[in-house]
Amino acid sequence: MTEQLWLIPALPLLGFLLNGLLGKSLGKPFVSLVGPGVVGIAFILAVLAFLEMLDAPGRTITQTLFTWLDVGDFFVPVEFTVDRLSGLYILIVTGIGFLIHVYSVGYMGQEEGYHRYFSYLNLFIFFMLLLVLGSNFLLLFVGWEGVGLCSYLLIGFYYERDSAAKAAKKAFVVNRIGDFGMIVATLMIFVAFGTLDFTTVTSQASHVLTAGGAAVTAITLLLFLAATGKSAQIPLYTWLPDAMEGPTPVSALIHAATMVTAGLYVIARLSALFVMAPVTLGVILVVATATSFFAATIGLAQNDIKKVLAYSTVSQLGYMFMAMGVGAFMVGIFHVMTHAFFKALLFLGSGSVIHALHHEQDMTRMGGLRAKMPITAITYLIGAFAIAGFPLIFAGFFSKDEILWQVFSSPAGHPVFWAIGAITAILTAFYMFRTVALTFYGESRVDEHHAHHVHESPWTMTVPLMILAALSVVGGWLGIPHVLGGAVGVHNFLEEYFHGFFAKLPADAAHHSVTVELLLMGVSTGAALVAMYVAFRLFSRQREKAAELRDRVAVAYRVLANKYYIDELYDWLIVNPIRWCSDKVLWRIVDARIIDGAVNAAGYSTRNIGGALRLVQNGIVENYAVGIALGTIIIIWYLVF
Amino acid sequence: MIPVPHILALSAILFTIGVTGVIVRRNAIVVFMCIELMLNAVNLSFVGFAYGMESMVGVMFVFFILVVAAAEAVVGLAIMLEIFRMRNTLNVDEFNLLKW
Repeated sequence: MTEQLWLIPALPLLGFLLNGLLGKSLGKPFVSLVGPGVVGIAFILAVLAFLEMLDAPGRTITQTLFTWLDVGDFFVPVEFTVDRLSGLYILIVTGIGFLIHVYSVGYMGQEEGYHRYFSYLNLFIFFMLLLVLGSNFLLLFVGWEGVGLCSYLLIGFYYERDSAAKAAKKAFVVNRIGDFGMIVATLMIFVAFGTLDFTTVTSQASHVLTAGGAAVTAITLLLFLAATGKSAQIPLYTWLPDAMEGPTPVSALIHAATMVTAGLYVIARLSALFVMAPVTLGVILVVATATSFFAATIGLAQNDIKKVLAYSTVSQLGYMFMAMGVGAFMVGIFHVMTHAFFKALLFLGSGSVIHALHHEQDMTRMGGLRAKMPITAITYLIGAFAIAGFPLIFAGFFSKDEILWQVFSSPAGHPVFWAIGAITAILTAFYMFRTVALTFYGESRVDEHHAHHVHESPWTMTVPLMILAALSVVGGWLGIPHVLGGAVGVHNFLEEYFHGFFAKLPADAAHHSVTVELLLMGVSTGAALVAMYVAFRLFSRQREKAAELRDRVAVAYRVLANKYYIDELYDWLIVNPIRWCSDKVLWRIVDARIIDGAVNAAGYSTRNIGGALRLVQNGIVENYAVGIALGTIIIIWYLVF
Repeated sequence: MIPVPHILALSAILFTIGVTGVIVRRNAIVVFMCIELMLNAVNLSFVGFAYGMESMVGVMFVFFILVVAAAEAVVGLAIMLEIFRMRNTLNVDEFNLLKW
């Protein structure tokens, strides 16, 4: 499989070309086969690669394709590496990608531009795979930019809608700010190490850079900036809620399971650098905790089902970064995996509802759908239990709890962050079950028109839901902590898998009090369960009471519903000044006067000089003769003297 | 022996008179005569060198120049005839079509 690694990204690329060029003429059956098909085959190949990787020496397999750049000291090969981290990622990307492609066949079946959708989706998978398989910074960056591009294309899929076009632009521009961080960090890495290869950089990190020094702190901070852009943390998260303008499967794939995890991939990949920069880790922890809490509060007051999930994603990504910030890289990746399962499930489930209600997304116009859409309801409920952290059975519990414990006990963490994280977990449980109750239970507030036709979605949509629901249950069992499983002899498979892969913090004397761990687990889980129950009761059977409570905190509610007016703040602070400067200064003065002036001046001067010179040719032959004579005399003079 | 520089000086003077004539005179035929004068000044300088270096090479060259001068005079006069037929004047000041 090592010699066929290139096929894994190549197949989706082929899908992009086939669907894009031939899709329109060959029609929907062709696209429906090729689109999911290439990703499905890529998944099978990814599984084979993964299995081969497990047995390989150093648990890494690498395929070098060709040399891309070889200029002086700068050498960049096109090289794919499947190691423990990228192996897990390619399974997630192709596996969940495949399920979402199949789902899209059902969801997008009636849409114009069906072939365009699948070609973009395939292209996205290609770039994401490039990102995780690349063995150097430059290949990663190609994938990084590429997924940003596909995000733009897919968010703006309904390009005739003004709001969609704006959202796509916003996503791209905000991402670009992060990309600046990525580029500068890459340059600094090259200056320091002379190479962009990951293996070399991670193994040589302690020799080349001083721990805690300015260089490594700068590099890691810039990488984190890039990560805040891609993975929607403060201050660059504002594009994610707007990105809900895109089709729901896009939100599931890109903005829940894959692209937004790219930032986490980078940090995990370069754990060796991050453990050398405690300042950066501190920054990450603070920003992540703040983001997580902040986004959760906004999610409480949203009525659009997709917006709730969007803010939930920002919040959950915050959890993952919190783990990274205390050096618990494996735990962060664990949550990446479980989150991919249940968030994709929740998004696809919401898509199922939206599809059945003819693109109604406002939860205040839903309700009582449990009876008419049982599969969607049950799988959605499973997803909700997973994200809220229902103990022991569902995936989210294990990963989230492990994060909270690490934040509490790690030398780089602090109980304060645990406390905020626990409160966020309570809020998560609350807003998730608010969503469940408003959508599927209680009295139906669905528009009469649609109420009759509401029915369960086709198998192309429900089967992926069921598979993801199963994964949302089972997925967590891969990482059962010793505290719980040790007694019954259950291993923490994920920890054994990643053993020795990630770098460790220098002073890694973690407190290992079992009692405290169980106590904290109990407290946060118990509180979450209470929140689940309260939210469910309140929004399914006591909706008037909920409305009353909301009116009592009307001001606060309005602030939350308007997302703390951050977009307006950014507009006032950054966007409008830039617009003004572009219009008044850069356009009118620099472009119109200076640049155009220079070009016009070149034209004018040529014309004027020419005008002067032409007067020499006056047609009087004598003058020409005089010219010849004078010229000869001058030349002879010059030569003789 | 006549000193060679004297011969060359004469040649130079004749040449300069020819150049001035080409520039100043208005009648095209007179301009041609001045051109012939220039050619002959060159002939003189060749002969002068041949005389001074006791060599026949210079004299041989004069033959070539004479032939070329004759041929060129023929061609030039033919052109002048044509121009006179068209413009009815040989005043070089009026040959001004080569202007911007």
